[in-house]
Amino acid sequence: MREFWIIFKQSFLTKAKTKSFFITTLIMVAGIFLFANLPSIMERVGKMMGNEEDDRVLVVDESGVLFDRLLEQLQRNEQGISLELTEDSPDQLSEQVKSEEIAAFMELSFDADQTIQANYTTSSLVDQFLPSTLQDALQNIQTEVKAEQLSLSAEQVSKLFAPIQFEKHNISETAKSEEELNQARILVYVLMFVIYFAVIIYSSMIATEVATEKSSRVMEILISSVSPVKHMFAKVLGIGSLGIVQILIYAVSGFLAYRLSATGEKNELSAFFSLENLEVSTLVYAVIFFLLGYFLYATLAALLGSLVSRTEDVQQMIMPMSLLIVAAFIIAATGLGNPELGYLKIASFIPFFAPLVMFLRVGMLDLPLWEPLLSIGIMVVTILILGWFGSKVYRGGVLMYGPSRSLKDLKKAVQLGKE
Amino acid sequence: MALELERVTKRFGDFTAVDQLSLTVEEGTMYGFLGANGAGKTTTFRMILGLLTPTEGNISWNGRTISYETSPLIGYLPEERGLYPKMKVLDQLIFLGQLRGMKKSAAKSAALHWLDRFEVPQNTNKKVEELSKGNQQKIQVIAALLHNPQLLILDEPFSGLDPVNVEMLKKAIVDFRNGGATILFSSHRMDHVEELCEQLSIIHHGKQLVSGNLRDVKRSFGKQNVRIRADFPLMELESMEGVTTAHHSLEGAVFQVEEERVAHTLLQAALLKGPIRQFEIEEPSLQDIFIAKVGKEHA
Repeated sequence: MREFWIIFKQSFLTKAKTKSFFITTLIMVAGIFLFANLPSIMERVGKMMGNEEDDRVLVVDESGVLFDRLLEQLQRNEQGISLELTEDSPDQLSEQVKSEEIAAFMELSFDADQTIQANYTTSSLVDQFLPSTLQDALQNIQTEVKAEQLSLSAEQVSKLFAPIQFEKHNISETAKSEEELNQARILVYVLMFVIYFAVIIYSSMIATEVATEKSSRVMEILISSVSPVKHMFAKVLGIGSLGIVQILIYAVSGFLAYRLSATGEKNELSAFFSLENLEVSTLVYAVIFFLLGYFLYATLAALLGSLVSRTEDVQQMIMPMSLLIVAAFIIAATGLGNPELGYLKIASFIPFFAPLVMFLRVGMLDLPLWEPLLSIGIMVVTILILGWFGSKVYRGGVLMYGPSRSLKDLKKAVQLGKE
Repeated sequence: MALELERVTKRFGDFTAVDQLSLTVEEGTMYGFLGANGAGKTTTFRMILGLLTPTEGNISWNGRTISYETSPLIGYLPEERGLYPKMKVLDQLIFLGQLRGMKKSAAKSAALHWLDRFEVPQNTNKKVEELSKGNQQKIQVIAALLHNPQLLILDEPFSGLDPVNVEMLKKAIVDFRNGGATILFSSHRMDHVEELCEQLSIIHHGKQLVSGNLRDVKRSFGKQNVRIRADFPLMELESMEGVTTAHHSLEGAVFQVEEERVAHTLLQAALLKGPIRQFEIEEPSLQDIFIAKVGKEHA
């Protein structure tokens, strides 16, 4: 056991002490703080660039009454739009828009039927907000004008436009309410990303570590004082703990960043990081599925890493494994919109997909307890089998040198391990 | 208290890497293991360390089989650098020392002591990859000696070192032997083996061609070298009966002869031709034996 802890400590500390680890963590933490304060930063930058002025629209009013009513309507809604009456001809105004002296202009008139005709001219492709606000305001004016024509009272008008009551009830046992689902979605999505990246990063780190030890022949010294199996599991646990520490740092800085961010604006992400409405069970499942997913893939990575003799060949060797993780992520991502799809249920019991897919389902649906438990059970069994098989391959693999970069070497390694 | 290998054979499928190898290394002695590349040296070492199990035969040390329990008593130097390239020298030595059962503080002071002795204390906090090949080799040797092992297995300990450093390392290894350690080492350099080892083996394609005490090996080789220096050419003597090979130089020639009697016949034949400046019967060098044995196998 003593050697186990020595190797565990060594693989944890040497990685943790590297500059690259320090810098990556620092950049990520800085990124989280930046992201948390993005709205207030954008606002400040906007002010500095002098963009705080209201949007100005020139209006050619042929009806003679619409401009005042529009102004009144917009003031009521307190929109940051300033209108200005102009006598210039549309052609002149078009020139001004083209030369970017003004953002836009609008011609207003009534047709024979007393319906409002508006022509909005702009050179900006992305301007959606301004025309739609104006359109809404004009629509209201139109309603008022028509109501006057038909001599309807305000009461009658409001009766006419009263919205109906439409409520959705879902009596499916697994479904959560729409509101709950939206809350769960963002949480599941963030955690899924964390699991996905953590698994892919740390398992390839393990494969590289093992291959480095092999190519530098430290391995021969190591396994002459520690059994290969102990070495393998110490390595997997050491790097795993490093991953957990790194994720905890991110989580804590995310929590602090949103607590300290000055905007006070509430959105789903800030709600996530401030742990509001957080379902504890989802978080617990996230931890469980992260650990299981990590051990599953890390064992596989250690096994594959033991087969190559040069670090350059590592990426090629773990390619099939990386594809499995990516496939799991894609399957899970398609389920974010509709977690009840049939193939998700199947995938959530396939060990290599389960960490992401079962987490998605358990996070977004009210599953009967046996489903996640069965999935966890399947993964544990797979990890044990992989650990057993991995240690067989590992024993031989670490002694095998030469141009080995295909899975065919598995057999050779197991054979050598037996000898 | 000795390392014993009894008719050890190792097969990988159809390939026999080591064939019926037997040797005994007594406590406080050094055993030289000679062989060309691919002769089976590393496989033998791995079997001794317990990393591979022999297909046939038996390996024991002090009557016990070698296992992870005995690993703190064993020092191993693999052929290529067996160090983490990105780890600092001191951290690395402490780590490897701890793995061999040392306490952290003991490992640290031993590491500093050896770094000092090998005249590389300035490298204490450097990464291994920053060091020259020779200095890496020194760190590697320290890693093998650090925990005061009783059994030392050294695969090419002197490769990549300049003569001054070779002497320094030899001295350290001899000190270990004098302290009672059992040492087994392999080398391509015959002169090192000749100088250091009481016993030796020459193996080729897994087979033990020669083994035993250095003096016995040389005697049983039978052949001797006859060095004759003269002012006239000695080409004609080459064809005499009993002469196996001859090397001519400006000052004379060296003949390899089957037995001592031939040497005297050679001398008489040479004297008939003119005056001789020097006549000497030499023991064959290990180099001669190696070339004769391994070369013959090749043919």
